[in-house]
Amino acid sequence: MGGHFRGKRSANKEVKLNKEDTIAAIATPFGAGSIGVIRLSGEKAIEIVEKIFVSPKHTPLGDFPSHRVIYGHIVDKDKAEIIDEVICLVMRAPRSYTREDVVEIQCHGGMMPLRRILALVLAQGARLAEAGEFTKRAFLNGRLDLAQAQAVMDIIEAKSESSLRMASGHLMGKFSQQINSIREPLLEMIAHYEATIDFPEEEVDPVDNLAVSETLYDLQADIDEMLRTAHTGRILKDGLMTAIIGKPNVGKSSLLNFFLQEERAIVTDIPGTTRDSLEEYANIEGIPFRFIDTAGIRETEDKVEKIGVEKAHTYLEQADIILVVLDSSRPLDENDERIFAMLKEKDCYVLVNKSDLPAQWDIDVLPEGINRKRVFLISTRRGSGLENVIEAIKEDVYSGNAQREEAIFVNNVRQVEALKKAKQHLDDALRALDDEVPEDLVVIDLRSAWETLGDILGDSVNEEVIDEIFSRFCIGK
Amino acid sequence: MFIVDDYDIIIVGAGHAGVEAALAAARMGCKTLLATLNMDNIAMMPCNPSVGGPAKGHLVREVDALGGQMGINADKTCIQFRMLNTSKGPAVQALRAQADKKFYQAMMKKTCEEQENLDVKQILIDEILVEDGQVSGVVVETGEVYRCKAIVLATGTYLRGRIIIGENTYAGGPAGQRAATKLSSCLKNLGIQLMRFKTGTPARVDKRSLDFSKMIKQPGDLEADSFSFLTVEKTREQVPCYLTYTNAKTHEIILKNIDRAPMANGIIEGIGPRYCPSIETKILRFPDKGQHQLFIEPEGLNTNEMYVQGMSTSMPIDVQFAFLKTIKGMENVKIMRPGYAIEYDCLDPLQLKPSLEHKKISGFFSAGQANGTSGYEEAAAQGIMAGINAAQKVLGREPFILKRSEAYIGVLIDDLVTKGTTEPYRMMTSRAEYRLILRQDNADMRLTEKGWQLGLVSEERYRVFQAKKEGIDTALRLLHAQKINPSQENNNLLAAHGIEHIHNAMTLYDLLKRKGVHYSLLAELFSLPRFSPEIIKQVEIDALYSGYIKKQEEQVARMEKMEKKLLPDTLDYNLITSLRDEAREKLSKIRPISVGQAARISGVSPADISVLLVYLEQKRREKDSE
Repeated sequence: MGGHFRGKRSANKEVKLNKEDTIAAIATPFGAGSIGVIRLSGEKAIEIVEKIFVSPKHTPLGDFPSHRVIYGHIVDKDKAEIIDEVICLVMRAPRSYTREDVVEIQCHGGMMPLRRILALVLAQGARLAEAGEFTKRAFLNGRLDLAQAQAVMDIIEAKSESSLRMASGHLMGKFSQQINSIREPLLEMIAHYEATIDFPEEEVDPVDNLAVSETLYDLQADIDEMLRTAHTGRILKDGLMTAIIGKPNVGKSSLLNFFLQEERAIVTDIPGTTRDSLEEYANIEGIPFRFIDTAGIRETEDKVEKIGVEKAHTYLEQADIILVVLDSSRPLDENDERIFAMLKEKDCYVLVNKSDLPAQWDIDVLPEGINRKRVFLISTRRGSGLENVIEAIKEDVYSGNAQREEAIFVNNVRQVEALKKAKQHLDDALRALDDEVPEDLVVIDLRSAWETLGDILGDSVNEEVIDEIFSRFCIGK
Repeated sequence: MFIVDDYDIIIVGAGHAGVEAALAAARMGCKTLLATLNMDNIAMMPCNPSVGGPAKGHLVREVDALGGQMGINADKTCIQFRMLNTSKGPAVQALRAQADKKFYQAMMKKTCEEQENLDVKQILIDEILVEDGQVSGVVVETGEVYRCKAIVLATGTYLRGRIIIGENTYAGGPAGQRAATKLSSCLKNLGIQLMRFKTGTPARVDKRSLDFSKMIKQPGDLEADSFSFLTVEKTREQVPCYLTYTNAKTHEIILKNIDRAPMANGIIEGIGPRYCPSIETKILRFPDKGQHQLFIEPEGLNTNEMYVQGMSTSMPIDVQFAFLKTIKGMENVKIMRPGYAIEYDCLDPLQLKPSLEHKKISGFFSAGQANGTSGYEEAAAQGIMAGINAAQKVLGREPFILKRSEAYIGVLIDDLVTKGTTEPYRMMTSRAEYRLILRQDNADMRLTEKGWQLGLVSEERYRVFQAKKEGIDTALRLLHAQKINPSQENNNLLAAHGIEHIHNAMTLYDLLKRKGVHYSLLAELFSLPRFSPEIIKQVEIDALYSGYIKKQEEQVARMEKMEKKLLPDTLDYNLITSLRDEAREKLSKIRPISVGQAARISGVSPADISVLLVYLEQKRREKDSE
């Protein structure tokens, strides 16, 4: 009997708990569709959109009644630039999906408007929604019924799993490296400060605050650099460094041409991609490839006397993906052997080309170390077998994640947010050092920066600082 | 079965954890027995003769603020005081004192013996009796039984203790004490999981055999602060320590004999602490360091024994002699007691609730080194909490739990019961995420009210606390209320005292935030009332660090929400299928009391926490609709 009212009362309490957090996310599936939707939920949803939305008569968004379709433009007021022509839907609490104030912005589909609008609402104080967070709020606020609880939990876990997989996946490798190259010096500084604080009577050298400041400026520059490239979607832009190696005349050049043609046929260009003469870029079925030293590939193909394996060493160092091309119409020779020797334990895809001609050798003769699941019979001349290669790479890169683009993008937005926050913390630390604030307070800002960057990678463990202290300083009674 | 007596609470072990537990329980009105295996070694310091330091000094102040004994006892019996980190912020400044070990013990023994509701007895306990999952008593080695409602296990390094010196090992507790050999197997039979840890101590040498003229004298502070908020003395007679160093010759001898080190020859199995490595470990791990510092510290006023800090070792005696003699000022050294390593059993603290009660055995509390920590201060901090919670339990009250944002004690216990430990756990200020709030100078403001509510704080302490609190509140109120204008007159006044002009009207509080501006000056210029130095210090810290303090307070507020969401005792994590396997396993094992604690478990992701919240809401609604 009274149950219903009790439930409602505490549902309201829940709303209050989430008070300061307004969340935002792109609500429509990625890539496809002519209309895209950005959804905001939370106490400040209307206030935030107000700052970037202009209706024809300049009527404030908050003055319209709830559940009305409102036409207007999204503008970046700082740059006095119109981003897109949109329709806004304001749904006031509790008559909304989450039972909080919800604003939906319908804009043109496609990546650019969606991204820029999302970036604007985040800049105005919204927070990027966690996996399944709209649904979670809907449930916690009593909007969804009990029977849906299990589904809600499954959504949360599934979404976070896929984004975790993405974070640990191949695509993120380079990015994690960059983040770590900022985190490592930070950790060293923190550990040094902490060692002097926690063990003042031990022989720990004092921290050189000037040197710390200099390093912090350098790290800020690194973050700036990352932010610059991140703006249009870092990972999608940079792509997977892909090396094609093989002895002369196995078909490296035809293979490259095949990929590049495919790219032109299949995907739209992504603005801002650098295309110097040494690199070519192709986005095939969502996988961003960046081919290393394409000029070199073409050159060695032309000049038969030059052995292509010479440069293979450097390629192997840089590459995320290695495509080894062999020729089944000629016997394997010492050039092939030299390539096998260089590969050692490295993961690679072996493309046995010219499968349209009579084979001179059998796959069984390939060295033990080569994963047979990654050997493919192809013919660049006929264009056959390559779809299997792409499918396999896709599988490896995304670990079978169907919503890969969305996950990549969401990760990307998170990274940008975290990088900006980290930079702010470093600013605070620099100011503190400048003001000669006690060192234990400087550490508060350094730690915040370090933890923020760690959050992107999914690790931010306090023990690391303590491990670092004990591994670097000889401390003990 | 001869039943001698019936107690509310029995404390097993009278070290630094045991005495605090016993005093707290007795002061809260419980009939308490403090059992020690040697009446002459109550509150013994088997390792270094010092109390305090960063984080440890904070713990002592917190124990004191709650109404504990360690601070008062250290103030009475210490023979050198130094405030450390004075060039750093107020949050990490810490008092460290050299104790007169025997005097420390004597005074603590006296306090325990005189405490109402508390009996102290020399008995070795072999067995803990448990009936239907509830502690019911203890059995002494001579067969007699004491009945009780709760026990606090505070056995230090005595559980199956084993001493190691070079190739020699024997069963024993520290400093020639007996070991408690049977209790370990009793605990195992009760289903308690034990770990094996190791620690060590350096040699004690004869003061007369040392040449202090070759060492650097380390005096105490001229005006020394105290641990206890009740102590008023500022100046005391102080005894110096001496600094000397190891050298290439010392290292050579150790390296030449390294195969005889117990850690190399496989005799030592236990895990030792990284922050307290033996000299042989230091030399192996940091081969580039040409020398290591050693502090020669007095063990007391009435003894010639000197403690060689920095020289912890379990090398054979002949090697100890050989390398000590290479040290400047120790050429003619006479060893009075050799260094040794000790291995011992301790509980895996993940079995404990935040109240320090065992999750499966009602009324079984444990504290101190028995929980895998190291240090007298860490022991005392857990001791007082275990004593309080045992008493709360007997009195039918709710457990008393300090949050990470309230005290180092909270951080210590939360770390132990949430993350566990793989080496003897030492408190460090870097473990506390809200360090700026958890200062040693405001421990009384944070905890004395709570101690008073528990019935642990004396009326005297409470009066002192209230007066200080009122003073701080008044001063802050006045500073916030009084605004000054950027008038010529005011600016001239400020300029006369070297303070920059103001351009807008500002409160005196904001003026106090400026570097070089002190309360005393503002009081003089703008006729504010005078307050005691303790009060002024709090007010100045509040103003000077308000930006950072605010930041930390916001973090605390965010965390608080999750801490308030309690997880029911009956929650079956196996029913929450959406949790990842690792999270389900960890949550089932650790059984956190709140969502906040759950979030701190390694292997539990933010998504798992969201799932948990949805599940709790689902259960709540199901219950509502019934």
